[in-house]
Amino acid sequence: MSEHIVSPKIYVAIFLTLMAGTAITVWAAYQNFGAFNIVIALGIATFKATLVVLYFMHARYSPRRTQLVIVCSVFWLAIMLALTLADYQTREHTVSRLAPPVIFNLVRT
Amino acid sequence: MHRTGELYGHFETLEQQKESAALGMWIFLVTEVLFFGGLFLTYTINRHAFSAAFGAGSNTLDLTLGGFNTVVLIMSSLTMAMAVWSAQVGKKQLVSIFLIATVVLGTIFLGVKVIEYKQKFDHHLIPGAGFDIRYHAEHPTVADNAGKIAEEKEELEKAFAKDPDLNAHAQLYFSLYFGMTGLHALHMIVGAGLLVWLIKGSFAGRYTPQYNTPVEIVGLYWHFVDIVWIYLFPLLYLIDRHH
Repeated sequence: MSEHIVSPKIYVAIFLTLMAGTAITVWAAYQNFGAFNIVIALGIATFKATLVVLYFMHARYSPRRTQLVIVCSVFWLAIMLALTLADYQTREHTVSRLAPPVIFNLVRT
Repeated sequence: MHRTGELYGHFETLEQQKESAALGMWIFLVTEVLFFGGLFLTYTINRHAFSAAFGAGSNTLDLTLGGFNTVVLIMSSLTMAMAVWSAQVGKKQLVSIFLIATVVLGTIFLGVKVIEYKQKFDHHLIPGAGFDIRYHAEHPTVADNAGKIAEEKEELEKAFAKDPDLNAHAQLYFSLYFGMTGLHALHMIVGAGLLVWLIKGSFAGRYTPQYNTPVEIVGLYWHFVDIVWIYLFPLLYLIDRHH
């Protein structure tokens, strides 16, 4: 069998990078970057997720067929997110202008 | 899949058989991406609409426990990856050790989650008739730091000034918090069950350089659950820490 064996050295290096990413995420959350706080948080999370997929999940060493499936999942997720958010951003009656659902009005005020 | 890893008649080679199993797992994970994706989408829309309530809700979470759990889960991904490596190079004893380490770390994660949920019950932060985001600030216990409680009260006042319906909208945040972390925890419980099954097999010495597909594909699942948490942690715990 010609499977690729990822060495423990790489696994540990990825682990340490993920730890550093977590530390930077927490640090960045305490700084005020305005609208960029969420961009930074999601950027680091996506970087970490990519490392997990490429090395822990061996996507980098997988056949093209498997890689295609992975890229497709991100693509379909992007369609769902982009089109739904576009809808919410451009319609007049969106959730921000509605009263909260009736079930949540049980609350004591 | 033959439990011994023999070649099934409809595959050409063992490698093709193994790649097919991994591909099947990946296709399942695609459905999981879209499943969790829908929840992240719901979260995004509501966070955008009710940002004051989501910020106030997020600040009630315990960052120390959440951060600790993030470290524990990433560690468990490392031990899982090491279990796959051990099987690939034929170190049978190490396979068992790393699998046990993974399930222990997963259980620690779930235990911490129980502590966090209990805290939310005590602080009246469960969506429903008894929900009150001010409850903790108004009913501090002896263990609470008076300065922190005063700070919490002040922040809640500011949040209520921005959004008079804060209590209603914060329930949306907590519904998503419990829904998303609950589903994540359910995936962890399923993963822990799969790990116990793998550990049984590893004690029987079943996983070898020729046959380690079960370890590999349970690993794929476990790492996916880790990725979900990589997104959940900043999105739920770190919304509004910088004011």
